[in-house]
Amino acid sequence: MDLNTLWFILLTVLFSGFFFLEGFDYGVGILLPFVARSDRERRAVINAIGPVWDGNEVWMITAGGAMFAAFPHMYATLFSGFYLALVFMLIGLIIRGVAFEFRGKRDDPKWRETWDWAIYYGSLIPALIWGITVANLMRGVAIEGDLNYYGGLIPLLNPYAFFGGLVFLALFILHGASFLGIKLEGVVKDRVKDVTGKIWVVAVVLTVAFLIWTYLATDILNNPGWDGLIPAILAAVALLLSGLFYKMGREGWTFLCGGLVIILATVMVFSGLFPRLMISTLDPAYDLTIYNASSSPYTLKVITIVAAIFLPVVLAYQGWTYWIFRKRLSPDSPDLHY
Amino acid sequence: MDPVILSRWQFAITTIFHFFFVPVTLGLSLFLAVLETKYVTSGEEIYKKMVKFWGKIFLINFAIGVVTGIVQEFHFGLNWSEYARFMGDVFGAPLAIEGLMAFFLESTFIGVWIFGWDKLSPKAHAGVAWLIAIGSNLSALWILVANSFMQNPVGYAIRNGRAEMTDFWALVSNPNVRYQFPHVVTAGVAVGGFLIMSFSAWHLLKDKAETREFFTRSFRWAAIFALIGALLVGLIGHAQGQFLAQSQPLKIAAMEGHWETEAPASFSVIAIVNQEKQANTFEIKVPKFLSLMLFNDLSTGFKGLKELQEEEIAKYGPGNYIPPVLISYWSSRTMIGIGLVMVLIAILAVWWSWKEKLQERRWFLRMLILTGLLPTIAITAGWLIAETGRWPWIVHGLQKIEDAVSPAITPGIIIFSMSSFLVLYSVLGVIGVSLMLKYGKSDPAAAEGKGE
Repeated sequence: MDLNTLWFILLTVLFSGFFFLEGFDYGVGILLPFVARSDRERRAVINAIGPVWDGNEVWMITAGGAMFAAFPHMYATLFSGFYLALVFMLIGLIIRGVAFEFRGKRDDPKWRETWDWAIYYGSLIPALIWGITVANLMRGVAIEGDLNYYGGLIPLLNPYAFFGGLVFLALFILHGASFLGIKLEGVVKDRVKDVTGKIWVVAVVLTVAFLIWTYLATDILNNPGWDGLIPAILAAVALLLSGLFYKMGREGWTFLCGGLVIILATVMVFSGLFPRLMISTLDPAYDLTIYNASSSPYTLKVITIVAAIFLPVVLAYQGWTYWIFRKRLSPDSPDLHY
Repeated sequence: MDPVILSRWQFAITTIFHFFFVPVTLGLSLFLAVLETKYVTSGEEIYKKMVKFWGKIFLINFAIGVVTGIVQEFHFGLNWSEYARFMGDVFGAPLAIEGLMAFFLESTFIGVWIFGWDKLSPKAHAGVAWLIAIGSNLSALWILVANSFMQNPVGYAIRNGRAEMTDFWALVSNPNVRYQFPHVVTAGVAVGGFLIMSFSAWHLLKDKAETREFFTRSFRWAAIFALIGALLVGLIGHAQGQFLAQSQPLKIAAMEGHWETEAPASFSVIAIVNQEKQANTFEIKVPKFLSLMLFNDLSTGFKGLKELQEEEIAKYGPGNYIPPVLISYWSSRTMIGIGLVMVLIAILAVWWSWKEKLQERRWFLRMLILTGLLPTIAITAGWLIAETGRWPWIVHGLQKIEDAVSPAITPGIIIFSMSSFLVLYSVLGVIGVSLMLKYGKSDPAAAEGKGE
């Protein structure tokens, strides 16, 4: 396996980690106004992700950095081409990021409510835009011969991509709900449990419809390189299993299977793209691939060594933080922050 | 309007705003780690209170630093995609490494630090504080490795129509990094020290019996930080100037409003700079002093902007290579002037807090409240020199700013994004500062236990 392929896999790993971890953070943020009514209830919900959301967000930042380092042309084409969409995402991420820190800083219901909405929109907007972005990557955009996409925002808001955004939302909300299922106890958890069942049905319907649409509109599921079909089937199975475990009341397994759906869906997208990074709808010759968009072999070697050392270390200490904060929380927990 | 100008403005706005907050976190993360270590070794409860109290100021800054940092990372692709294509092979790696090695570390452990007071032993918690301090400052290291490549490109070759990395160690050990990194870190130490001194001075003026001990001690530690930071940032800055006189003489010449070649070179104390006429219409000069500052002797000559411009034309072809002198000149006066004042203030602060004379020098305490922001102004001036002094290059000698901008973006959308960010930053700035004031002025005894 060459380093280009290795970095394609590492990019898949980083985006899987990002969608898995930030997926439930976004989901929790979106659920916040619906499952928690009083300030203490909301604090309990926020505290469920409180110690970890910041570290989780670094998965996105590192995925972006890795894309820049390993496939600079993808970084350049994607970020400049999807400019407005990403600016909206940044606005969401900015208000969400400060909201966690700011909300508890004043003892004023209006102040806190304002930041709770900031958390809500700051979770909803990035989740939706990531969905739209990924669906556009699957479908392809009008990349021209100079590797740039000049179409702007409007063509990115096509029905398929928008539907992809909804699928992301549904999966993240499900993931967030099942995360709260293993992190909370008491009245909020009962509400969350209720939501989990409902959003699961929505997620199944949307996902199946999206897979069919994907089969018809893209070549992700029958890409002659690495087929996206197998991870797609596995993702569907994992989604069904998460529902089954939910019915059985096995919260840990529900969460795990929901997370598996997100990872497998990410694997599906990437393997369906392989060896392409971005598809041009104008001419296959304009596709960005792991070869024409990549850094030099020397640079890939350098970042491979760094990643080989530090990625396991990061996984170890992040895992440790989840262990430290494994205790369930309730609105009556004495040591709530934010 | 020109997308290049607009993109420059947007980048400048984000960078400057970002760097109001980041140095505070660089310095305060170290300050808190030191205090928490003191708490563990001495067992005195007051140090824990100090860590928690000043920790709030740190966290407010940290939050704004993080969210604006994400914008920074996106910017190279959003607005500067041609730069990303041309430089990505070299420039992307330090950013990716920053994420993997540093940003993960600080962001993961900041959560542990905030939420882990009851879950970890005091020793382990202090260890976490050090991991945050190391992560924050390592993060600065990798960003400055990247920035240093733009100032003084090394370890690359131009191949396949772009700059490709050929020597990673050359990139990391770029001589520019050796000056810029400690300059930034010690500036952070000074910022942290002056900020804590400012709040402590406010409380000491109130002179409440129950908080006197708390703020007297905080002041003493902060004064030591301020002194170490102010002394080192100045000394390193001086050495950095001598290095830049070799590596980026145009930047130094612009800083000093030095139009004509002189041997020995005189130092311009104050001048009316006229970029169009390429001359200073009025100035007060100290003979030979620039030679002394840059070369440690009284005779070595230093080329003026005009001669350097001719040299650049011979090297890179026709064009204007003189940076905006007015900005560089006044930024340098601001930075160096403030730097000297900071040293003076910090010496007095350490001396008088050591001698327990602060309460007799109430004018000094009153002044310290206002000087809390001095280092921040100096840092902003410093970055203006570093970044505008590189003009017209985005990477010195390799790519011009005008060739780096994204072809796919239009002025309209940049104006939209820039105004959105501007509004957002203004709101965040106001809220951030008001929260810092609220917590900085609050009573340490009352603020505790609320679990905020």
